[in-house]
Formats: sequence, structure tokens, C-alpha cells
Amino acid sequence: MTDIATRATRVVPATGGRRRLNGGGPRMGVIVAFLTPFFLPFVLFYLVPIGYAIGQSFMVVRRTGGQYGTSYTTFGGFEQYAQVFQNGEFWASIGRIGLFGIVQVPVMLFIALTMALLLDTPLLKLKSFFRIAAFMPYAVPGVIAAIMWSFLYSPQLSPVVDVLKAVGLQPDFLGPGAVLWSAANVSTWLWTGYNMLIMYSALQAIPQELYEAAKLDGASNWSIAWRIKVPIIAPSIVLTTVFSIIGTLQLYAEPAVLRQISSNISSTFTPNMLAYAVASGNNYQQAAAISVVIAVITFVLSFGFMRLTSKKAGL
Amino acid sequence: MNNQTPIRESLFSRTAALALMFLLAIYFLLPIYFLIVAATKPQGDLASTFGLAFSHFNLFENLSTLFGRSDGIFGRWALNSVIYAVLGAAVGTLISALCGYALAKFKFRGREFLFSVILGGVLVPTTALALPLFLLFSATGIVNTYLAVFLPSIVSPFGVYLARVFTSAAVPDEILESARLDGAGEFRTFFSVSLKLMTPALVTIFLFQFVGIWNNFFLPMVMLQKESLFPITLGLFEWNGQTARVSLLQESVITGALISIVPVIIVFILLQRFWRTGLAAGSIK
Repeated sequence: MTDIATRATRVVPATGGRRRLNGGGPRMGVIVAFLTPFFLPFVLFYLVPIGYAIGQSFMVVRRTGGQYGTSYTTFGGFEQYAQVFQNGEFWASIGRIGLFGIVQVPVMLFIALTMALLLDTPLLKLKSFFRIAAFMPYAVPGVIAAIMWSFLYSPQLSPVVDVLKAVGLQPDFLGPGAVLWSAANVSTWLWTGYNMLIMYSALQAIPQELYEAAKLDGASNWSIAWRIKVPIIAPSIVLTTVFSIIGTLQLYAEPAVLRQISSNISSTFTPNMLAYAVASGNNYQQAAAISVVIAVITFVLSFGFMRLTSKKAGL
Repeated sequence: MNNQTPIRESLFSRTAALALMFLLAIYFLLPIYFLIVAATKPQGDLASTFGLAFSHFNLFENLSTLFGRSDGIFGRWALNSVIYAVLGAAVGTLISALCGYALAKFKFRGREFLFSVILGGVLVPTTALALPLFLLFSATGIVNTYLAVFLPSIVSPFGVYLARVFTSAAVPDEILESARLDGAGEFRTFFSVSLKLMTPALVTIFLFQFVGIWNNFFLPMVMLQKESLFPITLGLFEWNGQTARVSLLQESVITGALISIVPVIIVFILLQRFWRTGLAAGSIK
């Protein structure tokens, strides 16, 4: 290795002539050829739609000469946004998703962290079994998971309902108060193992020597876990939180499936369902404005959370 | 791992840890077990027998009903899912690798700016893109075709992020320099030297993207009306919505759901080692 390295530093200046433009690397044309296969579709299918949605959200459809006139699309300023913010259904969907996120995300991440810490101790046997069991739901599509759970919620088919009834309970997983938490349970089931694995691989990367001193001082596994391990993997916990916030605001498949068996989920249950319902009614400009608002909220929350935690932890 | 000072843990905390993990394992595995049991039952037994106990073994009849329904449309959906996910993830992994590699190994102006644009892309909710994409695609006439789902699926900013991190860790600059000295072009070096070093990372990127596309639902739902183009997720969703009217469809939804998750679970368990090697490479080195 050192031989190659010294040879490289010795010879590079000689060939530097045609490379000097960008400081010793390959020519710009080559770099562009490496980047284009990704950036072309990235621009076309990521950036252009974002720009297009923003553009559409500032347009309105008007009609000439009353109700039966021809319609035309024109610039409407913040008219669509004003409509979004005056829409009671929009605020109701935001409220549901906010409640969902405040409860589901911490519960899920707490379970994931607990599992990751237990898997990282010498306490436990059967580690690979537990790891695979927790991670398996990640292989299940959200729609399929919601269909599976909807059978477990259904009063006719569910063995869970049967068991609870046998001990004298009357569960109604699809009732007006419970259905939001039934959806939250599907998300928790799906994503706990994934988050656990991110935290677990961060834990695995910590050098064992870091614990040695603490162990010699007689620290328990418990205090090593909470005082040493958790602070070190804080960046992974922040990362999983941000991904969870994004996921929560995008929620669509799980409630859409539960809606097929429960009348307590409206077509505008989550912000995303509302956007889709509005778009299905051909009101694309309004749907675009809703999508933009959801995206902005997502950005503000995830960046806000990262800023907040990085200041607190000094990361 | 092996050189830890042995600490005697109380029997209580060992048992408590094991019991908690078993409870959680039951929680994660119960719905899958239920699905396996339900897929082996005849429709009539679904409601009349206990959900966690096997009754009449009817799996093969269920499978032939499932694949025979509407001229074998389910087989078509399965094939579509494979096409979208395997091709999309393969192309996506290659372009992510090229881009992440260039961002990690080549120095050029605007590199950090491009990388932060990609990082921003990781945070963009993909469902927010689906509706404007639909409008753009309807203008160009590719709505309701394979391309409408395939093209957006190949873009994975997260894949580029992983590729950059993994490349920095796995491909030493010295090797690139010596390949350059031997007169190899950048592309030849990439394909003959670097890709081999990046293999575990590429498997990880491929798996992430494969699962993302296989699980995707919102994009195909927005883009596709033709049933023959549906992936499994969308097809089963449509069937599930009809079970209230056609109750016999219920057994096919259950059997179909099982068929749709088994291959992915098998791939996951087989590639576990690869998957974890890749993750570890990203976080340790």
C-alpha cells in the first residue's frame, strides 16, 4: 500500500496537465458522465414535479360568464392556500396525524431502542431469532400489513377478539375512538424492527473499550446502556425520529385499507388522503396547495427537530 | 465482543429480558402466523373456526382459486411487482452507485452543493410527488403504462447517500491512483475495480430500493387504471375493497397476501449476512 501511495504522489504531478482544471481528479466531462444517469431522472421526477406543484398551487380555475361559461386557468396568488387554511377537514386531518405522531413515534422508538439495547448486552440468548422476528415486518408492504391486521381487528374473523371476549372484554378495534390507534399499531408493527436495526448497528460500531472503564468501576449493564450507549447513538435516534415524522405525515395506505372495513375513517382522514380526494375531484390546484403545505410542514418539523436536538446535545 | 470482563447478571434481569423479547417476538410474528393458518383454510372455516388453529387443509385449492381468478390476473400482478422492483432496484442501484462514487472520490466545484440537494431529496415525501407527477405524465401520455411507475422508482436519493458513505469507506484512494497510473479510464476502474469493493454496499442499496418499490402503493394507485399493469399491493387492495360484496374473495386476499410476502421474507433471511455487513461497513469504518 505505502509503495503504491508514494509512487502515486510522485507521479501524479506529471500527468496533472490535463487534470489541473479541477484539482487533480478526472476531467469534468467524465465527472458529468458519472453524475448524469442519476441527476437526469432526479431532476425530471423529483425537482420538476416539486416546481410544477408549487406553480399549480398559485393558479385558480375561473369561468367566463357565470356557471355555464368556459373555464380558464389563471394566476390566483395565495387564493388556494387561503382555502387550505380555511378548510375544516384539513385541520381535522392535521389534528389526527399530530395526535398519532405524538403518541406512536415515541412509543415505537422506545420499543426499538429497548430491543436494540437488549440485543447489545450479553444478557440475551437467541439474539438472531429476535433480530429476524422484529425485522420481518419490514419485508411486508404497508397495504398487506394493514390487510393482515384488519383481519385481526375484524369482529368476525379475529382470534384476538375471540380471546378478549373469552376473558370478558368487548373490544372494538374499528370504533370511532379506537380506529386511529388501530392504524398506529399497524405502523408500529411495520417500522419498529427497521428502526431497531439502525440503532443496533450504531451500537455495534461502538468500540468495547469504551465500556471497560465503566465496568471496572462496577457500573451495571443498565447504567452503561443509558449513560454511555444512548448518548453515543443519539444521532441514530435523531435520524430514526426524522424518518418517522416524515412517514407519519405521509400516512395513506394503512388508513385507506382500514377504511374498507370501518365507517369511522373518512375519505379525508389524513392530509394525504385529503389531497388525493381533492385531486380525484379534479381540483388539481387545490390538491397541489395541500401537497405543498404538507411538504413544508414535513420540512419544518424534521429540520426543526434536527436543529433542536443538535443544539441540546452539542452534536 | 469476547474480551469483556464477565459480569454476573442476576437471574431476574436475564429472565425479564428474555420474557420481554419473547412477548415482542410474538407481537411481530403473530399476524404472519395468522396469515399462514388462514391461507390453509377453506373460506367457510375463516369465521367459524378459531383463527390461530389449523382446520381443514385447503391451501392448494385456495392457490388454484387465487391464480385462476379473472383469467389469472394475480399471476400478472406478481410478475408486474417483480418487474417493477427487480428492474427498478437494479437500475436505481447502478445510477446511485455511479453518482455516490463520483461524489465520494472526485473533487469538483459544487460537489457539496449537489450532495446537499440530494440530502434534501431524502426528506421530500414521495407521496407529495405522486400527484404532480401524475399531471406531468398525463401531459406526456405515459400515465397508465409500465414507465409511469418504473421511471420515478429508479430515483433514490437515500441510495446515493449510502453509496457515497460506503464508497468513502470501502474504496481506498491509493487503488484508484494506481489504476489511473496504469492508464485505466475512470469508467473501467469503476466497473472492474471499485464495483467489486463496493459489492456489500450495493447489495444493501439494492435491498433498500427493492423493498421500497415492492411496498410502494401510492404511486401505482395514482398512475394506473389498467388492472393488467397493477403490482400485487394495488391488486390486493382493490380486491380487499370488494370483499363486502363478494365475500368469497376474502380467502383469495388472504392467500394472495401470503404469496406476496413469502419471497421477500426468504430473500431477507438469505441476504441477512450481506445486509448487515453493508450496514456495519457504513457505520464503523
